[in-house]
Amino acid sequence: MAKKGEWVRIHKVVLAAADRTAKLPDDTKKVDFEMWVKGTLQNETAEIGDEVTIITATGREETGKLLEVNPYYTHSYGKFVPEIIDIDKKLREIMQFGGEN
Amino acid sequence: MKLAKDYDSVMGRSADIMKASLGLDFNDFESGSVAFDYEGLMKATGYTIEEVDKIQSRTGVGHTQLLELRNITKLARKYAKPGYGARIFAKDEAANASGSFKDRRAACAVAHAKKLGYKGVIAATSGNYGAAVASQAAMQGMKCIIVQECYDSHGVGQPEIVEKARKCEALGAEVIQLTVGPELFYEHLSVMEDSGYFNASLYSPFGIAGVETLGYEIAMDCREKFGKDPDMVVCTQAGGGMVTGTARGLIKAGATDTTVVAASIDLTGLHMASDEQFNKKSCTTGHTGFGVPHATNPDTGDVPRSAARPLRYMDRYVTTTQGEVMYMTEMLANLEGLERGPAGNTALAAAFALAQELPEDAILVVTETEYTGAGKHIQPQLDFARDNGIEIVFGDPKDDVPGKNIVLPSDPGLFRVKDMDLDKLRKSLIKRSVPRANGKKLTAEDIAFLAADTRSDEAFVKAALDELGVEY
Repeated sequence: MAKKGEWVRIHKVVLAAADRTAKLPDDTKKVDFEMWVKGTLQNETAEIGDEVTIITATGREETGKLLEVNPYYTHSYGKFVPEIIDIDKKLREIMQFGGEN
Repeated sequence: MKLAKDYDSVMGRSADIMKASLGLDFNDFESGSVAFDYEGLMKATGYTIEEVDKIQSRTGVGHTQLLELRNITKLARKYAKPGYGARIFAKDEAANASGSFKDRRAACAVAHAKKLGYKGVIAATSGNYGAAVASQAAMQGMKCIIVQECYDSHGVGQPEIVEKARKCEALGAEVIQLTVGPELFYEHLSVMEDSGYFNASLYSPFGIAGVETLGYEIAMDCREKFGKDPDMVVCTQAGGGMVTGTARGLIKAGATDTTVVAASIDLTGLHMASDEQFNKKSCTTGHTGFGVPHATNPDTGDVPRSAARPLRYMDRYVTTTQGEVMYMTEMLANLEGLERGPAGNTALAAAFALAQELPEDAILVVTETEYTGAGKHIQPQLDFARDNGIEIVFGDPKDDVPGKNIVLPSDPGLFRVKDMDLDKLRKSLIKRSVPRANGKKLTAEDIAFLAADTRSDEAFVKAALDELGVEY
């Protein structure tokens, strides 16, 4: 359960697929136009999925479905990609690093 | 009375919203037909290049090092004919306050917003420009909103864009993240209208004036170090600001003989507004999906007329591939000791091939590097590609198929550039400009404007109009 004052992330459908009138490829036409934004929860309490109100970092009021409390980033340096080592080996071999280069 | 905020109502008010959010009336520069007063618009910033330099210098922007890439040059020469292989240099734009050349564009726009009394700034960007605006806004004590196209309909985001959101937030901005689609413009306008913030558009004259210092510095750096202007300057081409601003700066410095080359990653076949293809791209900028439309139809952005008009300035427009840019990013780290983000290396990948066309005493300058970090690095980008079903192989980059594979060159000798047909792009720009005449005959002013806008001449424009059956 989230409490008032906590930092949260909300999700909102800005335009439902049926309301998208811009020139779009067919696959994009079939899906909603969605938005995610973070802010301070204004509701006294809320559960994930509840329609809530937040105040964003710039002081704007936004509404949407509560998605995460204390949201954080998980992007990283990725899983190992062996090809990168192959590039390094090849380049160092051509350039003869450590040798008479 | 509360304004209606539905899609059609907001889009219907776009001209008024843009006018209020830029403090600039673009109608002042319109002819009523195809032509508009481009130089008048650029002058409307009211800042000379010296003033822009002062604004940037106050905020840790500009005067970055021109680094010689000695090992990359040496490697390129192994594949060039005897006596060939220009010295390759790069402006280390990663050293700017927020880590990219975009600080130059933001510095000017945000300082201007502050001067005009706006409380905040807003920009629509999934790129480094967001961090640049956020950084400058923090320095100027202003609020900042960044609107990003970030996710597909499954909520999956490109690691590179997610990192940029993180950085914007770290610098105090609010980040509005959206799914794929041109309706980003609607959300952007709507928030601009409600907040009353300044539109720190990438395409405003302030944004372009900020890049002029880059071209100017390159000319000055080269004169100081080598006693001559650079022979070739290679710019990554996406929205066109880099090419336009750099070339204008070179011209202002008097470096009129320098060849300006635009370079984009070839993403032919991938639709930029496609939800399914959004994450089939393994790079998020510097590609033909932005580069070509912004060259041939510059006035489609978030301002009525774009100050970024790359076809006016490029001598050549070449393409490279995702695999070559990834490889080059690793080469820069491993052979030069410079770990930088991939997006800035599109021009460098092209430069590696272009240097081989030039003699050894020629000076070739790549205009930028960018910061690197989690997500904004070849390993997460290649890993993300593999997770999205993209095949990663070593081979000949000519076998590259965007959205299907990433071909890492099996040998550095396989780096190539493909020249785009500039006349075809010029004709495309002319064709897209015609509707502005509203069915009337094009005027002599229109013809002269189109000749300048396409860096051609009146005979070329007239021949193109004849082909289209358009009267003038």
